[in-house]
Amino acid sequence: MFKRSEQDKRPQVQIFVDGVAVAARQGDTVSAALLASGVDARRSTAVSGAPRLPYCMMGVCFDCLVTIDGVGNRQGCLVPVAEGMQIEIQKGKREIGK
Amino acid sequence: MSVAPKRENYDVVVIGAGPAGLAAAATSAKAGLSTLLLDENIGPGGQVFRAIASTPVTERNQLGADYWVGADLVQSLRASNAEVIHRATVWSLDRNLDIAVSIGGASAFVKAKRVILATGALERPFPIPGWTLPGVMTAGAAQTMLKSSALVPDGRTVIAGQGPLLWLLAAQILRLGGRIDRILDTTQRGNYFAALPHAFAFLTSPYFAKGLSMMREVRAKVQVVSGVTELAASGDGQLASVSYVAGGKRETIAADLLLLHQGVVPNVNLAMSAGIEHRWDDLQLCWSPVLDASGNSSVAGIAIAGDGAGIGGASAAVVRGRIAARAAVEALAPASAAKLPAMATLRSDLAKAERGRLFLDTLFRPAPQFRIPSGDTIVCRCEEVTAKDVLDSVAIGATGPNQLKAYRRTGMGPCQGRLCGLTVTELMAGARGKTPQEIGYYRLRAPVKPITLAELAAVPKSEADVKAVVRG
Repeated sequence: MFKRSEQDKRPQVQIFVDGVAVAARQGDTVSAALLASGVDARRSTAVSGAPRLPYCMMGVCFDCLVTIDGVGNRQGCLVPVAEGMQIEIQKGKREIGK
Repeated sequence: MSVAPKRENYDVVVIGAGPAGLAAAATSAKAGLSTLLLDENIGPGGQVFRAIASTPVTERNQLGADYWVGADLVQSLRASNAEVIHRATVWSLDRNLDIAVSIGGASAFVKAKRVILATGALERPFPIPGWTLPGVMTAGAAQTMLKSSALVPDGRTVIAGQGPLLWLLAAQILRLGGRIDRILDTTQRGNYFAALPHAFAFLTSPYFAKGLSMMREVRAKVQVVSGVTELAASGDGQLASVSYVAGGKRETIAADLLLLHQGVVPNVNLAMSAGIEHRWDDLQLCWSPVLDASGNSSVAGIAIAGDGAGIGGASAAVVRGRIAARAAVEALAPASAAKLPAMATLRSDLAKAERGRLFLDTLFRPAPQFRIPSGDTIVCRCEEVTAKDVLDSVAIGATGPNQLKAYRRTGMGPCQGRLCGLTVTELMAGARGKTPQEIGYYRLRAPVKPITLAELAAVPKSEADVKAVVRG
C-alpha cells in the first residue's frame, strides 16, 4: 500500500511483529512501520471483530490499537519504534494481563 | 525514559506544539513567564509541521516552502526558556486551571495561572459506505506518513473529497514518486457561485497563486473527476473498489487505497471538557469556541489559539498563538509586554493571514450527503453504530447526542466522539427538525483520552481524598 522514498536515509530498526522480524526506520511510529512493512497488520474490533487498519494516524481515531511490548490498546500511531520492540496485532478487546 | 514536569506551578501552560502552540510558548517564555509546553506527539510541529525537526524528506521543495516555516518556529522556541515535554497526553483541564497529564504511563499534575489551548484540528468525519474498511484512510494520515517517514502510496490509489489539503497532498505524493490513479472532487457545483462574492479577497490572498499552481501540477499527471455526488468504498475485509457518481453516471474502479478529505474541524474535546462555551458555526459546519479578540474563552484564564479557535489555517494559527501569549503577558507581567510586538500589529497580521478564508470556507463547504449518511453506513466507528441505528433511536425517543449514548453507546468508545460527534449532531438535528445548536453535542468529561485504571490508582492521594470515599 505504501513504499519508502529513496531519499530516506534513516538507520534501520528491527522490530518483531507477532514474532517475525520486520525492518523499520528510526523515527517511524509503530503504525507507519506496520503499514510500510507489507505484513497483514489488520486488527479486529472489540465490538464485532471487523478488520481495521489505522485511519487518522494522528491519535484521534483509535483504529491503530495494538499490543506493544506486552501492553494492549496502545495507539500505534503515537509510539515510536525501538530496537527489539515486540508488536502483537490485537484481535478484539485488550486481554486481561496485557 | 519520559520526563515529568520540573515544577508544580507555571505562569503559562500551552497545550499542543503545532503552529499556535509553538508561537505561544516561545512568546510567553521570551517575555520571562515560566512556560510549559505539553504535546502528545513525538516531536514538535503538530499536524501541519509534522516531523519538522526529524523528517527524512531532504528535498525541501517536495514538501513546499510553507512547511519549512515550521523550522523557524521550533528554532525560536528552542532559543527560549520554555520547558517542552513531548509524548505527554493532557487528559484533564478544569476551571481551576489544574492540569493532569499522562507521560510514559504515569500521571503528573500541574497548575497554571494561564492556559493556552492549542489542540488544533482534526479531519472532518467522512462517513461514506465502507469508510471503516482497511485501506480507507484520511488524506491527513497519508500526509503524516509522508512527512514523518517519507512513505508514499504505491498501490492503486484514489483520493476523494475537497479542500486545499487534498491538492497539497496530491502534489507532495507525486513529487516523492508515489502513485495516484484518480482524484474524485466532491466540491458542490453550487458552491462556486456562493463563493463568488468573496472571490476578490481570495484572488488577492497568497492562497490563490499557490493553489492554482498546485492544481495545475496535479492535473497534468492525474485524472481528476469533478462534480462527484456519491461515493462508496467496498471490499471484503479490505478495500477492493471505489464507486462514485459524477454527472449522473456511476463508475467503479479497483483500488487498494482510498484517501478521504473534506476539510478540518476544531478538536474540541479538551476545551469542552473544561466547560468552555462553544457555538455551532453554520458556515464551517462545526463547533467553535466563543472567544474574545485575544482568544480568551468563557472560562477565566483559558485562551484558545490556532485551529481549535475556529479553522483559520497555519499562518493565522501562528498569529493567534502570539496574540494569546501577549494577552497572558499583559495580565501576568505587564512590564514585559513592551518587549513584544504591539497588539495592533498582531491583529493586522491576523487579518492578513485570514484573507481569503471566507472564500475557501464557502467553496469547500461539504455537501450534505457526505456529512449526513443514511442506512447501514457506520456513523460511530468505535461502537459500530449505523445511521439507521441512530434514526431508529430518534424514532423511539432519543432527543440528542447525550440521550443517544444510553440507546446506542455512540461516542462512548475510545475516540470519545471525535469521529462521530459532528455526524450525530447533524443527523439528529435533521431527524428532529432542529438546528445543530439546539441539538447540542456530547457532554465531554475528563479523562479526554483513555488512561488505565492502574494509572489513575497510582495517582498520589491525600488523607482527605481517601476519607472522602472510604466508609466508616
